[in-house]
Amino acid sequence: MDIQLKRGLLDICVLRAIKNEDSYGYKIIKDMKPYIEMSESTLYTILKRLELAKMLTVRTSEHDGRLRKYYHITKLGLDRIEEFKNEWREVMTIYQFVIKEDEE
Amino acid sequence: MNKEQFTNALRERLSALPKQEVEERIDFFCEMIDDRVEDGLTEEMAVKDIGSVDEIALQIADEIPLPKIISNKIKGTRKRKAWEIVFLAVGFPIWGALLISALAVIFSLYASLWAIVASLWSCDIAFALSAPLGVVVGITSMLSGDMSTAFVLIGAGITLAGISIFFFFACKIATRGMVLLTKKTLSAIKRCFVRKDK
Repeated sequence: MDIQLKRGLLDICVLRAIKNEDSYGYKIIKDMKPYIEMSESTLYTILKRLELAKMLTVRTSEHDGRLRKYYHITKLGLDRIEEFKNEWREVMTIYQFVIKEDEE
Repeated sequence: MNKEQFTNALRERLSALPKQEVEERIDFFCEMIDDRVEDGLTEEMAVKDIGSVDEIALQIADEIPLPKIISNKIKGTRKRKAWEIVFLAVGFPIWGALLISALAVIFSLYASLWAIVASLWSCDIAFALSAPLGVVVGITSMLSGDMSTAFVLIGAGITLAGISIFFFFACKIATRGMVLLTKKTLSAIKRCFVRKDK
């Protein structure tokens, strides 16, 4: 897959993974695994980028005697997911057209 | 390799990089390892799952902005001795001049590469602007009855339009090449700060 495209998609996937409830690094990777593989360092970079863009906030909580970072989606993050859905409706229309040509 | 060996190995390789940036990332990896252990893996398996220390060290170095690495290097982590400071101050006219000229040479080489790209683009813009001009002037000469000049000018205009389109793609390739070269060079410089395994 094109690197730029994959980068953009991973951002959205991470936002989606924390959309319904706050989540932490390992759980995000596990939740995404059936759909898209990503390494720990990639996730770190994405989380940092999304935090800088104010699409998520971070809080540290104690869990089982150690600290764990939880990520919480913001209004901006939710907006980004909606924006993505609208953009991709157009892309899917084009995709339908492209595969239709293949079937003929 | 257990968690402690893993984090020590990472710290060792990244000791030349800004401490805070490195520690933040190491904490992140530790959390990942702990969560895997909680999930039923042994510590060794969890570390193996994360990936090789060398690869991770290079990735981390790649992600930290170069200005941060350099300012961290200049600040230094240890206190300098008095004689070192005197030596540095007295020697400044020599090492300072050498350093500045070395940086100037590197910068001018880099700037001249970009100058080539800029001149390619200005050629292309000149072609693109002359094309309609040739056609317009050609049509005016046609109206004033000078047919041979008119055909030459219109022909030249159309040819230039064609050239400018081909040239546009050449310019784009050259620009992309320069961007890639810049990225690769930056990444290579950063990699110099990562210690090799002994």
